[in-house]
Amino acid sequence: MAERMRVGLFITCVNDTLYPDTGRAVVTLLERLGVEVGFPEAQSCCGQPQFNTGYRSETEPLVRRYAEAFAGYDHIVTPSGSCAAMVRDHHPGFAVPGAADAARRTLELTEFLVDVLGVTDVGAYYPHTVTYHPTCHGLRALGLGDRPRRLLERVRGLELVELPGAEECCGFGGTFAVKNAAVSTSMGRDKARAVVSTGASAVCTVDNSCLMHIGGVLRRAGSPVRPVHLAEILASTGESAGATGHGTGTRGAIR
Amino acid sequence: MSGTFLGMPRRAVPGNRPGAPRDFPTAAEAAGRNTTLLENLRHATHTIRDKRARAVAELSDWPELRAAGAAIKDEVLLRLDDHLERLEEAVTAAGGTVHWAADADEANRIVTELVHATGETEAIKVKSMATQEIGLNEALAGAGITAYETDLAELIVQLGDDLPSHILVPAIHRNRAEIRDIFRERMGEWGRAAPGDLTDRPAELAEAARLHLREKFLRARVGISGANFMVAETGTMVVVESEGNGRMCLTLPETLISVVGIEKVVPTWRDLEVFLQLLPRSSTAERMNPYTTMWTGTTEGDGPREFHLVLLDNGRTDVLADTVGRQALRCIRCSACLNVCPVYERAGGHAYGSAYPGPIGAILTPQLRGVGSELDASLPYASSLCGACYEVCPVAIDIPRVLVHLRERVVEGGEVTVRGSRVRLRPARGHAAERAVMRAARWALDHPGVVRAGQRAAGRTRRLHPRRLPGPGAAWTASRDLPEVPAESFRRWWRRTREAGAGGGTASGDGQREDRS
Amino acid sequence: MSDHARAAGTAHGSREVVLGRIRRALGGTGPGAGVPPVPRRYLASHLPEGPDRAATAVELLAENLADYRALVHRVEPEGLPALIARLLAARGARSAVVPPGVPDAWLPADITRVADDPAIGAAELDAVDSVVTGCALAIAETGTIVLDGSPDQGRRRITLIPDHHLCVVRVPDQVVASLPEAMPRLVPHRPQTWISGPSATSDIELDRVEGVHGPRVLEVVLVGPTGNGGTADPAPPGTTGP
Repeated sequence: MAERMRVGLFITCVNDTLYPDTGRAVVTLLERLGVEVGFPEAQSCCGQPQFNTGYRSETEPLVRRYAEAFAGYDHIVTPSGSCAAMVRDHHPGFAVPGAADAARRTLELTEFLVDVLGVTDVGAYYPHTVTYHPTCHGLRALGLGDRPRRLLERVRGLELVELPGAEECCGFGGTFAVKNAAVSTSMGRDKARAVVSTGASAVCTVDNSCLMHIGGVLRRAGSPVRPVHLAEILASTGESAGATGHGTGTRGAIR
Repeated sequence: MSGTFLGMPRRAVPGNRPGAPRDFPTAAEAAGRNTTLLENLRHATHTIRDKRARAVAELSDWPELRAAGAAIKDEVLLRLDDHLERLEEAVTAAGGTVHWAADADEANRIVTELVHATGETEAIKVKSMATQEIGLNEALAGAGITAYETDLAELIVQLGDDLPSHILVPAIHRNRAEIRDIFRERMGEWGRAAPGDLTDRPAELAEAARLHLREKFLRARVGISGANFMVAETGTMVVVESEGNGRMCLTLPETLISVVGIEKVVPTWRDLEVFLQLLPRSSTAERMNPYTTMWTGTTEGDGPREFHLVLLDNGRTDVLADTVGRQALRCIRCSACLNVCPVYERAGGHAYGSAYPGPIGAILTPQLRGVGSELDASLPYASSLCGACYEVCPVAIDIPRVLVHLRERVVEGGEVTVRGSRVRLRPARGHAAERAVMRAARWALDHPGVVRAGQRAAGRTRRLHPRRLPGPGAAWTASRDLPEVPAESFRRWWRRTREAGAGGGTASGDGQREDRS
Repeated sequence: MSDHARAAGTAHGSREVVLGRIRRALGGTGPGAGVPPVPRRYLASHLPEGPDRAATAVELLAENLADYRALVHRVEPEGLPALIARLLAARGARSAVVPPGVPDAWLPADITRVADDPAIGAAELDAVDSVVTGCALAIAETGTIVLDGSPDQGRRRITLIPDHHLCVVRVPDQVVASLPEAMPRLVPHRPQTWISGPSATSDIELDRVEGVHGPRVLEVVLVGPTGNGGTADPAPPGTTGP
């Protein structure tokens, strides 16, 4: 990198509060790849829960906060397909100074790795059988395509197994999970069944909100399959717990 | 046929017609307990979605066809008045008569009067979403006119005193054994009875329907239809179908009455080259449907001697007035969005409480009827916003975007058009608690210090957190475990480990005030 | 206009109501204002250009018709009457509706010819075994034949009620590759029936059943040179028949 780029991490409210390991993994991974990561503490939530439930006026202050917090960064990287999609697809629709510009600079983690850094082999080691669920916003809104797969395929020790019906929604859908709990649960159970049928020991996505749902269903069913964010796999080198288990830390739902 | 034909329309056996659902989640949950229904639906939707994908993949220029289809429909909508006036002129010049119906009641009244004027008390019908929407059959029955549905699936629905649950395959919720039972028990009440030894083989069931309906086709003097397309420049009407019942209804009767939504007009004859590629592949997953009938007014010696076109508004102009929502009027009723929708697959069509189930229904019904009822206000939420519907839509209706737009209308209210008049809608009742939560969450999220404090408190008390929540949270924990709250948030970890050092303070965004008041 | 059409005449009042609502909904955007042009970047046909394009189109037509369960036959012009005789005999047909434009020579003498007469009712047509027609054109990519009521095709009901429809397509002249090629060759004001295979339903568990209300058997005879890429040169005999 000729000129040092300024990269801001948008952690997202879900990761910040419930899945800090994912954020730490992103920092570990990016620093290992020589990227200096900034974390503007003024950041908060992308506003997706409010926006998708119809509370547009409650969304606007969060859009403003996002644009201000990340002003001055060349790239804004986030380990969440759905938050990246919210920012890119919907922030420009608000009459907020800098919102469209910030949206243009926002990338989901795998986009940043593959398109900006140009790497697919990130030096990871993860000796487990993993199945990959392409989340809806990653798949259809962002068009991540095969980026996550290309990254996973270069992880040493990792065996990637196909997920049947991979492109079907897991049923999370934000407030949908509560407002239409019966349908959401039915979708989650079908997804969990598909995951279990692969024989994988872990299911991986680019979104912890979907993983919270899939993992919650798996755990209630007593399944040992663990939900793991892609970033945590990519950060794992085998020096830490990665060689023997599925990471340490506080991912409570999966123990 | 005299008016003394027995058994109609009053039924000896009470039907099992589903009542109007209270709201979508309740109806969907009830449907979820009907395993036969779910198996029927799952089998059918998965079969057709795979076939559709193959049919679409045959055309290398599908994205260009889709773009053209969307653009033609947008052109129609932005000049709808001109196109309808041209259509009216062309139909009239070709010997047809054009009627304009502002709402369902008016359309039903016009059709009833037209049938009465023929002196007939029966009509044969080809499957039509518009007449389902306005409840035409019920209105005709009230006026002593029996309308016979002739599409096989519609026949199954009518004989079973049921409601359609799918746009293309209205009886998709019925399996072959149920259909056999309905035919055996009910066909005799409506005309030629089914053979006593009828089995559940689809070919045999179709043959029973053929014989039952044939006597109706051959004696019918009034036909009622909708239309898939109306060509403004020529006045040509187009009906696509598979079974041949459409051809029967459109060509054998002496009087033909077509009830068609005003958005079905396309500007030119040439435009059909786009839609007749998009529709069959999206709908039945065929290169072309078996039969397409096109007629322009009346033709001496061929087909009906009288043709009446009833142009139906019934809320469509209100949809048109909404610049975001109006794209729903591009819909060509292919039902591809139903077949890929994971919610439809698990809720069934009846949960949507209108003629239009599935994702398109979730954006069309609340616009045509408004969001005044609990059911209609719940429809925009009947989606996980997964976007599969948008992906397959042949006219590129951004259904997730319209869903979110309608959710906004439900919870925030605002200006809408109702029967042509601008009114200000108040936020829906029943969302007060949610609104308070959303506001509080936004306030907290706009004050990271508050979030930090909350995270710290949650981290400290995490051993005490219950595994099952009371109140609204129970909707989550009834079926899914909650993640445990970590001891330390990311934010706190960052401060603890990076506060003084690398990264954090390099960009300008950090210099500003953290919390706004 | 009949009296009852006029009697239904709230029509005019609501005409202005509906048009007025549309104009208000569009908010005074003047005629055509802000309407972007329609991008027609889709293909005029999916068949590659080339010297044997016409023959390829005929092949594709035959393939697609057969894929949707039409019975397809190819024959040289001089073999047509014999083929028609054989196909009718194979169905046990003793009578056939024949529109006036179909040449007398096409049909065998032992078949009772029923004229396409407006006086014939639906019930009488129901008693006829077959119908023999020409067509307006055929579309290869979709496996479609189009009837438009021309003298060799007759009124729409004659191809609907008899259970066996035998349709003759002159190849390659009557074959177009695609819908965009078909539209300019069709006359919108003629009543049209587009047929792609025999009638079918998938209404029961999406299990396809052929033959519901239209003719349950559709036979398409492609008549023309069969052996040499569709040029006008005489083709070798003996390549006829199914």
